[in-house]
Amino acid sequence: MADASPPRPAPISLRGTLLGYLAFAVAIAAVWGIDVYAVPWTDPYLTDIVIRIGMALLAVMGLALVLGFTGQFSLGHAGFMAVGAYAAAMMSLHSGLHPMIGVLVGGFAAAVAGVVVGLPSLRLTGDYLAVVTLGFNGIIIVLIQNAPVLGGAAGLTGLPVATTFGWTFTWVLLGGLFIRNLLTSAHGRVFEAVRDNEIALRSLGVDTTRAKVVAFVVGAFWAGIAGGLLAHYRASIFPSQFQFDRSIEILAMVVLGGTGSLSGPLLSAAVLTALPEVLRPVAEYRMVIYSLLLIGMMILRPKGLLGGKEISDFFRRRPAAKKEAA
Amino acid sequence: MTLFLQQLINGLSLGAIYALIALGYTMVYGTLQLINFAHGEVYMMGAFAALYLARFLGVDTNPTIPGVIVVAVGAMTFCAVLGMTIERVAYRPLRRSSRLNMLITAIGVSLLLQNVGLLAFGALQSFPSLLPEAKWQIADGLALRSQDVLTFSVTIALMLGLHHIVERTQIGRAMRAVSHSRDTAALMGIPVDRVVSFTFAIGSVLAGAAALLIALDKHTIRPDMGMTGGLKAFVAAVLGGIGSIPGAVAGGLLLGLAETFVSGYLASTYRDAIAFLLLIGILLYKPSGLFGKSTVEKV
Repeated sequence: MADASPPRPAPISLRGTLLGYLAFAVAIAAVWGIDVYAVPWTDPYLTDIVIRIGMALLAVMGLALVLGFTGQFSLGHAGFMAVGAYAAAMMSLHSGLHPMIGVLVGGFAAAVAGVVVGLPSLRLTGDYLAVVTLGFNGIIIVLIQNAPVLGGAAGLTGLPVATTFGWTFTWVLLGGLFIRNLLTSAHGRVFEAVRDNEIALRSLGVDTTRAKVVAFVVGAFWAGIAGGLLAHYRASIFPSQFQFDRSIEILAMVVLGGTGSLSGPLLSAAVLTALPEVLRPVAEYRMVIYSLLLIGMMILRPKGLLGGKEISDFFRRRPAAKKEAA
Repeated sequence: MTLFLQQLINGLSLGAIYALIALGYTMVYGTLQLINFAHGEVYMMGAFAALYLARFLGVDTNPTIPGVIVVAVGAMTFCAVLGMTIERVAYRPLRRSSRLNMLITAIGVSLLLQNVGLLAFGALQSFPSLLPEAKWQIADGLALRSQDVLTFSVTIALMLGLHHIVERTQIGRAMRAVSHSRDTAALMGIPVDRVVSFTFAIGSVLAGAAALLIALDKHTIRPDMGMTGGLKAFVAAVLGGIGSIPGAVAGGLLLGLAETFVSGYLASTYRDAIAFLLLIGILLYKPSGLFGKSTVEKV
């Protein structure tokens, strides 16, 4: 199709790969350096915003994969966050292991939920998938509210606090690396092909349902990680934190940043998380602004701010996306 | 037995409301292949329009039959205009873009109206009794309320009217043609934009009627009623087979009954999950719904 993504950078070389992993190691070291040497002297309010941005990044990169790259419309991302959050919380409350192991378990629990929801519903076309995921989000909330073990509507309290700057951004870097590598692999090409022309892909003998489920499960996993981190951030979680409007918020971040881009949604996640803090007086109108942005963006710039490009594409000497104008 | 009959009355009454809203979803889906998420919000706005109109005309303190009719017609007209405006402003510019974009826009419109409603109307408001209310005791534990009778009769009248419009009039034939194939209809000289606009108007009028009926029955209206009510009505439309008018009616009644029986015999806390369980079940076994035609994907 004409709106195919811009060509990706040159083929992967061994040197480039090694340099990439070196850069990743440096980034991890930098995160922990900041955590140890800078965070204790930083305004806690600022640290709070940055950590919340980190959790938003994790949730958004999962949906960017599912919606932006694979073209599957999921409206239940907050439901997967809920699964991850409650699984992580239960682990921490009852196992005595390190909370970050709980977060990992939360991610896997969300991935399992992703299989359960995705396997039947991804056979359906886009609209139905949207409604089924929406319904899944609703059911998860109802189930949690009715489960005394999970604290019901009052939520769970007394969780260990472990979500620090260092851990949050370690997860963000891991997630970013994972999803970036997945997208540049053969799987990634299949995801984009599913979005662009599923029928053509099926006629080539590719199992598109399987590709969609894989994307969906990976997206759910990182949403679960985000949920697990959230559970260990303020020592308490409530079902109402994971309702439909949270799913919409994540959706807005992905759509505004641009479907078919990874860095775009991450940028908009950071901006949209920080924005209500900067603009305290309009915080009340946050959802109104989101919805106007969604409508305006769809009418004026349907591919989002970055329009399927990555931020790095703008720094390349040779414009990568010339056929974008077509 | 009386409990069963009582639940049956309650379920049919609730189902009639769902059916009225579901018709709007199903007709719009038939013409545009769009899940009009904003439809639930049109329904919500209809309830508040009726409330403010009643206050403005003084019908809330001094209810008269002509006054109530004016309120009803006014609220339904307001809904029709709102529905047509949404279509004109938000959906028509996207007529040629992908369905995903239209869906996101629809969610945006829904969110916008809901939050504007929340800011403008507050969390909830009580709705006055505009009509005399009676409760007829048929047997021990079995009562028929005048609100239920009103809901049934208005719903049946509106559905007969809708049937007449769709099956017997020129514009109805155009609607059916557009829902069959938009491009072919356009080639045959059917003004597609006007037909789509009319479809939104009809659907919104039905939503406005449903809003007034539920407000007269429950006496509280909330800005988020469009969210829950709309979602369930949409489920009802899918249950019946989206795009099918009899399907929407059947799906609405079925969902209303299912919800009432579950909260009557099992637990009311699970009531909200039933709609989605039914939906997922139907989609897995018969994705085109009860009355829907299964379509073959063509390249």
